[in-house]
Amino acid sequence: MKNAEEIFEILKAKFGEVIIELISDKPAESYITVAPLEIDKVCLFLRDEDELDFKSLMNLSGVDDANGEKVKDENDNEIIQGGTLSVFYHLESINQKHKITLKVSTDRDNPEVASVEEVWRAADWHEREAYDMFGIKFLNHHNLIRILMPYDWEGGYPLRKDYQNPEFYKGMKVPY
Amino acid sequence: MGLLDQQFTDDNIIITKVEDLLNWARLSSLWQMGFGLACCAIEMMATSASHYDFDRFGVIPRPSPRQSDVIIISGTVTFKMAIRIKRLYEQMPDPKYVISMGSCSNCGGPYWEHGYHVLKGVDRVIPVDVYVPGCPPRPEALLEGLLKLQEKIRNESLVNQKSA
Repeated sequence: MKNAEEIFEILKAKFGEVIIELISDKPAESYITVAPLEIDKVCLFLRDEDELDFKSLMNLSGVDDANGEKVKDENDNEIIQGGTLSVFYHLESINQKHKITLKVSTDRDNPEVASVEEVWRAADWHEREAYDMFGIKFLNHHNLIRILMPYDWEGGYPLRKDYQNPEFYKGMKVPY
Repeated sequence: MGLLDQQFTDDNIIITKVEDLLNWARLSSLWQMGFGLACCAIEMMATSASHYDFDRFGVIPRPSPRQSDVIIISGTVTFKMAIRIKRLYEQMPDPKYVISMGSCSNCGGPYWEHGYHVLKGVDRVIPVDVYVPGCPPRPEALLEGLLKLQEKIRNESLVNQKSA
């Protein structure tokens, strides 16, 4: 059983600059921030290293940090430019009885994160959901299509903070 | 107006109007499409079960839209489902009726403002005969809705179908 500091030290020694920092001053579990394009290698190590043994991906979720610049578009709607989108990974080791949370942040205008679907098959649908709701592209995902919204939905990514409902979908009025 | 309290002119012979006979037949065996969408479907199933016994009004679930007279929209209608509901409704033979059950299918319910995926009322895709309010409605409310629908059918005429 290892705590977040010990796991952070192991990862830092193995991956160096890819592991950005350990954040433990939040009123929640500590988490480790990782470079978005290297997260798959880090996750594979976390899964296969005997003393870590993170065989289980409990959850993978997208977040809109909404930390960009808020500007008005031509229709006077507030939109966000720049800033980041994030993905959180909640891992658990049942054998080692420990947990860890990872976070990657990626550019909001071109959000690309390495897929961990090859590491845990559970990530397949979770990544599709994060893609569906936030538009985060998971590189090397074998089937990155919408999972909840209609496949032909062109109204954007509904959980982004600056999401605007389209007026119509296939002739059906969308707003109340 | 009851259906059988018409004139008796002879033993075992009842004089009635064709309209009344057809309406009586229709309203007494409203076969329901076996179809549920969300938590309202649980109440609908409870209505079908022994305690409330939908069957005593002639309501039996049918596994095909081709054999159904009434479709109970019991739950949240998402855009994805709305397309399929429209298709199912179009597959039902005339005369066909729609009961919209619960706030979601009446007007979008709790999803009215931020429900980016919810159709704000099933009446935007198919015509609704009876709206049953509630979230979800109790089985008694659904039974009341069915009785309202029967009343509506009882007053239909051959010339003017689906008159209110």
